[in-house]
Amino acid sequence: MSSLADFAADLASGSITVVDLTQTLSADFPTITLPPEFGQCAPFRLEEISRYDSRGPAWYWNNFSCGEHTGTHYDAPIHWVSGKDFPNNTVDTIPASKFIAPAVVIDCSKETAGNHDFVLTRAVLETWESRHGHIPAGGWVLLRTDWSKRSGAAYANMREDGAHTPGPDPEAVRFLVEERDVLGFGTETIGTDAGQAHLFTPPYPAHFYMHGKGRYGLQCLCNLDLLPATGAVIVSPPLKIQGGSGSPLRVLALVMA
Amino acid sequence: MVPPPKRKNPLRRTQAPLLPPSARSRTALGITAAAAQGRFVLQVCAACETVQYPPREICGACLGDELAWRAVPSEGTLLAATTIRISGDPYFRERMPWRTGTVAMDAGPTVIAHVQASLVPGDRARLVQKLDRAGQGVMVALPLAATHDSLDDPMMRELTNDPQDRRVLVTDGRHPIGQAVARALLAAGAHVVLGIADIWKPFASVDGAEMIELDLTDADSVRRCAAAYGGRLEIVVNTGLYTRPGGILARGDLTTARVEMEAAYFGPMRLAQALGPALRSRAADGTHPACAWVNVLSVYALTNLPSWGTTSASQAAALSLSQALRADLRPIRVVNVLVGPLDDEWHQTVPSPKVAPTALATAIVRALRDGIEDVAVGDVAQDILARWLDDPKILERELAT
Amino acid sequence: MRRGYDGVVVTAPTTIPYERYSIHSAHRWIGQALAAALKRAGLRPRDVDGFCCSSFSLGLDTAVGLTQHFGISPRWLDHIPMGGASGIAALRRAARAVQAGDADIVACVAGDTNHPDSFRQQLTGFSRFSTDAVYPYGAGGPNMSFALLTDAYMRTYGATREDFGRICVSQRSNARNTPHALMKRPLTLEQYLAARPIADPIALFDCVMPCAGAEAFLVMRDETARALGLPSARLLSTIERHNAFAEDPIQLRGGWAVDRDELYGMAGVGPGDIDLLETYDDYPVIIMMQIEDLGFCAKGEAPAFVRAHDLRVTGDFPHNTSGGQLSVGQAGAAGGHLGLVEAIRQLTGETLGAKVADAKLAMVSGFGMINYDRGLCSGAAILAAGG
Repeated sequence: MSSLADFAADLASGSITVVDLTQTLSADFPTITLPPEFGQCAPFRLEEISRYDSRGPAWYWNNFSCGEHTGTHYDAPIHWVSGKDFPNNTVDTIPASKFIAPAVVIDCSKETAGNHDFVLTRAVLETWESRHGHIPAGGWVLLRTDWSKRSGAAYANMREDGAHTPGPDPEAVRFLVEERDVLGFGTETIGTDAGQAHLFTPPYPAHFYMHGKGRYGLQCLCNLDLLPATGAVIVSPPLKIQGGSGSPLRVLALVMA
Repeated sequence: MVPPPKRKNPLRRTQAPLLPPSARSRTALGITAAAAQGRFVLQVCAACETVQYPPREICGACLGDELAWRAVPSEGTLLAATTIRISGDPYFRERMPWRTGTVAMDAGPTVIAHVQASLVPGDRARLVQKLDRAGQGVMVALPLAATHDSLDDPMMRELTNDPQDRRVLVTDGRHPIGQAVARALLAAGAHVVLGIADIWKPFASVDGAEMIELDLTDADSVRRCAAAYGGRLEIVVNTGLYTRPGGILARGDLTTARVEMEAAYFGPMRLAQALGPALRSRAADGTHPACAWVNVLSVYALTNLPSWGTTSASQAAALSLSQALRADLRPIRVVNVLVGPLDDEWHQTVPSPKVAPTALATAIVRALRDGIEDVAVGDVAQDILARWLDDPKILERELAT
Repeated sequence: MRRGYDGVVVTAPTTIPYERYSIHSAHRWIGQALAAALKRAGLRPRDVDGFCCSSFSLGLDTAVGLTQHFGISPRWLDHIPMGGASGIAALRRAARAVQAGDADIVACVAGDTNHPDSFRQQLTGFSRFSTDAVYPYGAGGPNMSFALLTDAYMRTYGATREDFGRICVSQRSNARNTPHALMKRPLTLEQYLAARPIADPIALFDCVMPCAGAEAFLVMRDETARALGLPSARLLSTIERHNAFAEDPIQLRGGWAVDRDELYGMAGVGPGDIDLLETYDDYPVIIMMQIEDLGFCAKGEAPAFVRAHDLRVTGDFPHNTSGGQLSVGQAGAAGGHLGLVEAIRQLTGETLGAKVADAKLAMVSGFGMINYDRGLCSGAAILAAGG
């Protein structure tokens, strides 16, 4: 118990800082867009119930609506067909212990700045490992692209042939899952996969392989630039939606000052 | 022509949005119904063919009681005219002088009508039925030969909703209808503000239109639009016609149906709640007051087309909303434009005839200019409307096969 | 040949002085007129066995409710909704009732109140046709309706504003001596022509002023009047017509033209025998139509007629001798009784103002109810002095 007390003291003293990795939930924040004949993820919407007025004289509150995959959100394995048969693959059944885990940050912001279609390859990961050591098992791998510093159209970066945003290739994902046994993969973009990931084999490899092995996803993260390459601890409990495939959530990182 | 509006004097109180006298007998509403569609009808006795006016229950010639509204020749001679300079009615009092006259129709009846400025007694005249600012049908005497511009005077402006020199919000620039309507309105001399939802997705600008962020499904976006534009719009055209194929059972869930309801019903309601009060309060503001609210609706709002079952249901809700708005927004004219299958990506499997967005846009501009409030655009919409007017039950059965 | 009115007289001409606006209801005005007429005749309420009422402003009440309100128990009752023709119509009905013995003493009363907004409210629901097809067209009320008729008349017969002005100016002159006239300030033709336009070609002095007021008279057999010591006038003839010349596209003539020969024939007199004429005068154009249609000149010649004659009380064609509604005011349905009451006064020598010298025969004319584009009701009566 002394270590938790130390932890609390470190938090209080500021020797451990808390970094908010969450985008603000608002109607303006871009949402995943599929071809229109498919079902669509609802964007975030807020309807005022009352605001100290005739609808409720002393209180202010809203109803909100959104999809499970709106804003900064968590992907459970059941989200993808490859993960549909895992036990405990929904947000309400995933063991709570999985919601606090260490993270490494792969900084590809320089590469991404000049290449919207930057692909995270096994080679990039190996180069990173050569500097920072092996990616630890059971932790998050967060891809830093500084994409979260963009907004609106630049963030969604949609063209006639779809979105152009960075993401991993199949080999990189398989490496992380099969050879490094990571807990999950997180990005600053709308999805864990690249904007053009439908062109990979298999399409959407981050979804396919991560969820296919019972791993998790985090997307629409921000402030990854405030995290060290190694040593941060991520707190990421999704809403306990019965049978839920994911959920908007608050993602916090604990960092030694 | 009425010259472009002058800048408003901020020290003067805005003219209040009054209504002309709106009491009518139920029978007289036949003229309102005709004027709403831009038709001209009078009652004709089934027994003796005598054309009647004012609207009656009983034929003034033979006591017959079958008086059907029929199209009749609308020409006549202006026998007398007056320029009213004093009126006890608050609406007319603010619009003095006002010209009325007595027209002897070739068809028989004598009609007291609003008289266009250039007509003088002795002139041949053409009567038309228009909706006034109360939404009631009135008779208007026009010169036989006249152009749109030559008729554009303050009185006709009270009876029409010409977009010329008016500021128009077109809600959905992502929709082909919105794009076409924006272009048509620009060509008609309007200033166009074109809304774009999800501005983070690529969109096509319309040259000359002011592109703004507007998503009717987002309360905050609507609020922002109202805050920025609420006091400086004269016409709103709701072009967000959201139609998706699929019957109730085929859909199997409510996801798309909810989006349809958001687009057809909740979104426009949100916009009306945000913009309506300001629009209505400016319904007598200057020479080009706020005047119209246009809704583009599927003709299957009238009767459900089961293969587009959820869309039809959402459109029925939209039509009902529109009817409520007619009362709430008065004197703002609510124009319902009913359209059949559009020539767009969602009607690929639907055979012709289909309505090109440009044709729809042209019809909307014409409806505004003519002061019409019910329009069916295209062969399918007109066919469905005719069948619906003939017998709604039969049409329901026809569409259910 | 219609039966005459032998033995029927009119008496007790009564006017409750007009007020521009009244805080009282029409019931009070009508009741006051009834009381004044009875007082003049020395009668009590129970003596009245016939009651005839005209009013626009009684709300839901009719003559029926007034019987209880006023404590009278007539055996003959009528309510006449004919506006400017109500006086003649009341007289005709009352005279036949008296003649037949259905009633012995009929009180004919008309009255209306006037509040600041009551005229407008009355216009909005004046008639079904008016609500549907007149009021929404500028809501000009009778000013607009008569502007159109005046415009058509001027175009057809070449009447000028000056011609109408002559009528209005002479009536104002007549009103000088009428104590309750609301407009007594002298009016010149120049002032008339320069007046504020209301609905072209109608200007301010072509219009009557709506006001509150009441008029009444009694109808009885001549022996009854004699027994009461009442001076009275004999009824010689009457006519009444509704919706005449419906085929005319615009009204340039009234129902008098249909029936005037009968009017003169029944009385056994001609136009030249008439000593004074009381026309219904809500607008001067309708006076011209009455002068023509009642046979004082040919159709279209009224403008020349009014140029050639002096219409004042002292003139060669005494007309609207109390000043008429144009100067006294229009107290709603009482306007349809004003001329009749004035004629009785002239014939019985009970004038409030100037007296027509040696008045023996009077004609009274009524015109009422612009239901849509024209007045529908017309009527006239010839009265003789010496009951």
